[in-house]
Amino acid sequence: MNFKHKYLFLLPGFLVLLGILIFPIGFTVRLSLSSWDSFFPGLDFIGLENYTRLFTDDPRFWEAFQRLSFMSVITVFLQYTIGFALAHMVWKEIKFQRFFRVLFLIPMMTTPVIMTVIWKTVFHESLGPVNDFFSLFGVTPLWLSSEALSKVTVIIVEVWQWTPFMFLLLLAGLLSLPKEPFLAASIDGAGPIRKFVYVTFPLMAPISIGAIIIRLIEASKIMDTVYVLTSGGPGTSSETSSFYIFIKGLREFQFGYSAALSLTYLIIMIISLTIIAKMLVKLMIRS
Amino acid sequence: MKKMIKISTLTVTASLLAVAAQADKWSDQFPHIKNTGDIAGECSYESMSKKDYSGQKLTINTHAVPVIGEPTALHAEQFSKLTGAEVNVIHTPAGDLYSKAMVPFQAGQAPYDIVFGFSNFIRDWKQYLQPVPAKYVNMRQMQDVTQSHIDVNSWDGEMIQFPIDGDRHYLKYRKDVIDNPEYQAKYKAETGNELRVPQTWKEYGEMATFFNGWDWDNDGELEYGSAEVMKKDDLMFAAFFSRSVAYAKNPRVPGGYFFDLESMEPLINGPGFVEALTDWVEATKYVPPGGINFGLGDEINSFGGGQTLFSFSWDDAFVAAMQDDSPIKNKVGAAPLPGSDRVWNRSSGAWENEFNQAPYIVWGWTAAVAKASKNQDVAFDYLCFFANDANHQADIAIGRFGVNPFKKSDFVPELYVERQGWDPEIAKQYAETLMEMEEGSTNRVFPLRVPGVFQFNSAIATGTSKALAGQLSPQEALDEVAVEWKKIVKRIGADTVREAYAIGVALEDNL
Repeated sequence: MNFKHKYLFLLPGFLVLLGILIFPIGFTVRLSLSSWDSFFPGLDFIGLENYTRLFTDDPRFWEAFQRLSFMSVITVFLQYTIGFALAHMVWKEIKFQRFFRVLFLIPMMTTPVIMTVIWKTVFHESLGPVNDFFSLFGVTPLWLSSEALSKVTVIIVEVWQWTPFMFLLLLAGLLSLPKEPFLAASIDGAGPIRKFVYVTFPLMAPISIGAIIIRLIEASKIMDTVYVLTSGGPGTSSETSSFYIFIKGLREFQFGYSAALSLTYLIIMIISLTIIAKMLVKLMIRS
Repeated sequence: MKKMIKISTLTVTASLLAVAAQADKWSDQFPHIKNTGDIAGECSYESMSKKDYSGQKLTINTHAVPVIGEPTALHAEQFSKLTGAEVNVIHTPAGDLYSKAMVPFQAGQAPYDIVFGFSNFIRDWKQYLQPVPAKYVNMRQMQDVTQSHIDVNSWDGEMIQFPIDGDRHYLKYRKDVIDNPEYQAKYKAETGNELRVPQTWKEYGEMATFFNGWDWDNDGELEYGSAEVMKKDDLMFAAFFSRSVAYAKNPRVPGGYFFDLESMEPLINGPGFVEALTDWVEATKYVPPGGINFGLGDEINSFGGGQTLFSFSWDDAFVAAMQDDSPIKNKVGAAPLPGSDRVWNRSSGAWENEFNQAPYIVWGWTAAVAKASKNQDVAFDYLCFFANDANHQADIAIGRFGVNPFKKSDFVPELYVERQGWDPEIAKQYAETLMEMEEGSTNRVFPLRVPGVFQFNSAIATGTSKALAGQLSPQEALDEVAVEWKKIVKRIGADTVREAYAIGVALEDNL
């Protein structure tokens, strides 16, 4: 049979793919090989100059990447732990179960930028309510303007905002688990802790890995929280890769260079997330 | 200068009397100008009402509400009612104003007829902007604009941007504290020095330190020394330049403040700038908790809310402090930026031990018409209407509008006494301070206006914020900035940057 007509049916999908994925990536690659900025608008060709600059003369990008790695791992770990605990809590038959399920989802439903502005007000060192409380004990922590605490504040806001996403995925996973292994464990006399360690957690491993990877991808793009809360400061102490790329691209208008940063960052993320996913599979499923 | 103020007073009074008959007609319809009514002029309400722009559409990209965004929208609505034009106003956060206009500019598109932005965008934007036509440049309304603000909006003698706002950095202080005999005696007893309006940044620091962390206005709250714009990337570089002009702008050394015009070597890591940054790092000890993360809004709220003794930067903190709802109305004073006891001479490579002061004519809000706009006549008329005398007088009385004095007739103290209820002495001091900065000094510093200005400013923000955060010493931080500036100059081309920078240097050297 002649199936050549099948290509006709594939064509719309291919055109959409070309328009929304292949062309932007191709254009970004081309842009990264140019010096396009506010003064030289245009796709000239400068070879690998932007990449050479990035690898030999831009320690700020690599510092921002290290900072991002630290913040992403901590943030996602906390989101997973808290999200799992909350999901486990409302998985059981408890009072006001539906109310809690909705309540835990509220942070995720709010607009991130608006909520970050509210958090900024809450953590304002001289006018915010958090330090009003702490001043009762004679301390006024510098939530936004200390090198160490500014990172902690970003992590707190990220955890608050996105733990519900983890909660939602893990709750869906828990609700889909088969009942038989739990019945078998009960017949064998397993208590709640053993049931969790030997039944719930292993059964949840595939879903957990998916949820962690999705959140790691999202957390690696931390931008709006940093932008509103600290602008990457004080100094560069809370600057992340995406915020740095934003500065180079849309503040300093170095389009060519920021395209090189973006592509490099994309490749690093693809490689590192692939490795992390394999490690998680090994750690959580195979073991 | 007194003669000029008298002439301006007479002009304003005469204008007010002349339009008194028409004032009711227009102020009934447009309550925004109820204090003055319409004021006769080329772009007055009366003049605009005679134009018919029905069927024509203007699209304006402006700042978010309220600063500049609110008056843009208000005057768009008024303009629309008067002329029949359809005016669409788009609000954009300050940080994105540059790119939101620049992207379509570079792509050859014209989504906006009018773009609002900062006056230091001029070098990067000018090729995409329509110069202001001669009929507007020569009109009476424009003759009232101070020369400094004509210069700020012009490039090489040609007016590119339309003056709608005036900006400069100056000192704001708590007059009720500095003039308080009890505190003067206490300060003298404990420090051996006079408590007075600080003449130098060192005095500023000493007084701010003395008044830091105790309840000196007996309101039950702790007060602090100073509120300053220290947040990275939030206009902080302008605050740093304000602190550095006294140490680094030597009136006897022409040829560049930011760069040596001949060699295009950055001067930013010279001893004058390092001294200023050292002072600024010291200032982190006398700002309110979290003051190192204060943006302009925080500075306005902090000083305007009575939290600090000093503040310096744009007019807004002063205007906010003098509004009717302010707890410190008529308790604040204005003065020129503090000076220094010594100034660096880069030619001789030595400090000169004499008092120095230099006004920083900082960049501010401005607006321009896109070259690709198909409605340029309507667009220029809108801008002219925005800045007409009646609108301008009403706008400068509203702190949140972000419109500040830039016309000679603004520097008449009676205006502020009669219309805004200011104490006459404070109004006089305010008007004289601003006028002196505009017209009196020959040692002014203008903002950097060169290609890639954002790259230079971003580098200074990053470097100085590292010093404020304690990540680097002031010298190390500014050395890092100088290295970055050299790279930017190399990328753009030394001759290209020099050509643009020379225009600013000519203004500074009074050529």
